[in-house]
Amino acid sequence: MTAVWISLAVVGLVLLYSIYLFNRLVSLRNRVDNGWSQIDVQLRRRYDLIPNLVETVKGYAAHEREVFEHVAEARSRAIGATTVGDQAQAENQLTAGLRRLMAVAENYPELKASQNFLALQEELTGTESRIAYARQFYNDQVMLLNTRIQAVPSNVLAKAFGFTPREFFDIEDPIRGPVQVDLTHP
Amino acid sequence: MYEQIASNKRKSVVLVLGAILLLGAVGYAIGLITQQGPAWLIFGLAIAVAMSAGSYFYGDRIVLASTRARAVTPEQEPRLHNIVEGLAIAAGIPKPRVYVVPEQAPNAYATGRDPEHSSIAVTQGLLDAMNRVELEGVVAHEMSHILDRDMLVGTIVATLVGAVVLISEFFMRALWWGGVGGRRGNDRGGGPAEAVLFAVGLVLLILAPIVGQVVRFAMSRQREYLADAQGAMLTRYPPGLTAALKKIAAASSIPMRSANNATAHLWLNQPSRIQGERMGPLERLFSTHPPIEDRIRRLEEM
Repeated sequence: MTAVWISLAVVGLVLLYSIYLFNRLVSLRNRVDNGWSQIDVQLRRRYDLIPNLVETVKGYAAHEREVFEHVAEARSRAIGATTVGDQAQAENQLTAGLRRLMAVAENYPELKASQNFLALQEELTGTESRIAYARQFYNDQVMLLNTRIQAVPSNVLAKAFGFTPREFFDIEDPIRGPVQVDLTHP
Repeated sequence: MYEQIASNKRKSVVLVLGAILLLGAVGYAIGLITQQGPAWLIFGLAIAVAMSAGSYFYGDRIVLASTRARAVTPEQEPRLHNIVEGLAIAAGIPKPRVYVVPEQAPNAYATGRDPEHSSIAVTQGLLDAMNRVELEGVVAHEMSHILDRDMLVGTIVATLVGAVVLISEFFMRALWWGGVGGRRGNDRGGGPAEAVLFAVGLVLLILAPIVGQVVRFAMSRQREYLADAQGAMLTRYPPGLTAALKKIAAASSIPMRSANNATAHLWLNQPSRIQGERMGPLERLFSTHPPIEDRIRRLEEM
């Protein structure tokens, strides 16, 4: 009789622990999804900002057409990206393009002094640091989720219920990353 | 971090229970002295419960009002708003409300009851003195206080201590003026009303320093080091906060008009009330904050 009770208790405990593990997996997956939507929101804010920025720079430096085209092209490619990896690559190009745009702006003192440009510059810096933080949060949560999916014992549950590891969002850090010097451009 | 949250929630409950017990005891004592029975006890308990509920639900507004903080819009302070929003994303919590305190001393604090109801206030002096990276370091430190629920304990302490101080001052003044008036009136000797005032005043007078010690105990100084470290983890850039703390240390002689004992523990750095005030060793022992030099050293060792 006691043996029955003990085995029942063990089964009950295992069941409870499995429920706990399953719920952890679900909440982590939701956090990853939430993290991704945060990144998406911030990226979208940057897309919305770019036409304004380009127009403002154009007002003072209309002949720098090549840079404007480069940025516009990178922007539309980033908007069209579908997978996490593609998105990351497109964002890198867009960030590089924006850097060039800002470097061009350095050559026009009147532009740099204009109130509109300064406000846009603060908005761009703010948006880029928000992207960096959203990416940091997303990658942290992806790491936690992937560890749970691969580690014993939650890997059994993950397999049974179809939890798959997520892809990290690897873009170069827009604030503290290496500065690219474009020698082809005076 | 989860233990930190649990311990802070426990502390908040203990503080509230302590306040209820204290005022209940005072009410009971008055009841005994005046022989009016449990009416005073119930009165004391009612005040305590109202005070606790008030400090939980309205504590943040009381603290913000007492420091004369005003809400700012993203249009007025784009840089500050951008930084707060970014760090809220990094911490995975909703964006706290943003306030500016019209003070020249660079300082900041966080208040509220949970991440959904939280506010970050910085002084005008901080906005003027810090560059973007430094401001980010300071905001990340305050964000950690929100994450750890330090601001819940801090806000409850600030409002409960503030209320106790207010009540004891009220009674002491009533006692003083009542006593003088009584003597002038000649025939109004030691009636029950004066006995009550005297008893309450005496109890609160004895309790005031003890309450102060409790505050210091509740707001363990360790939490500041912890928030520094956690803030550095949010920005992934300890030198930002280090540089900010150095600037704050250099400006620590600038006095703050709205500084008082009830809210001192909330601030990023202990506010000074008098121009050029320097802390002696004894004050350092009883201060609510660790010495800023120690915090800078620990951050540099990271």
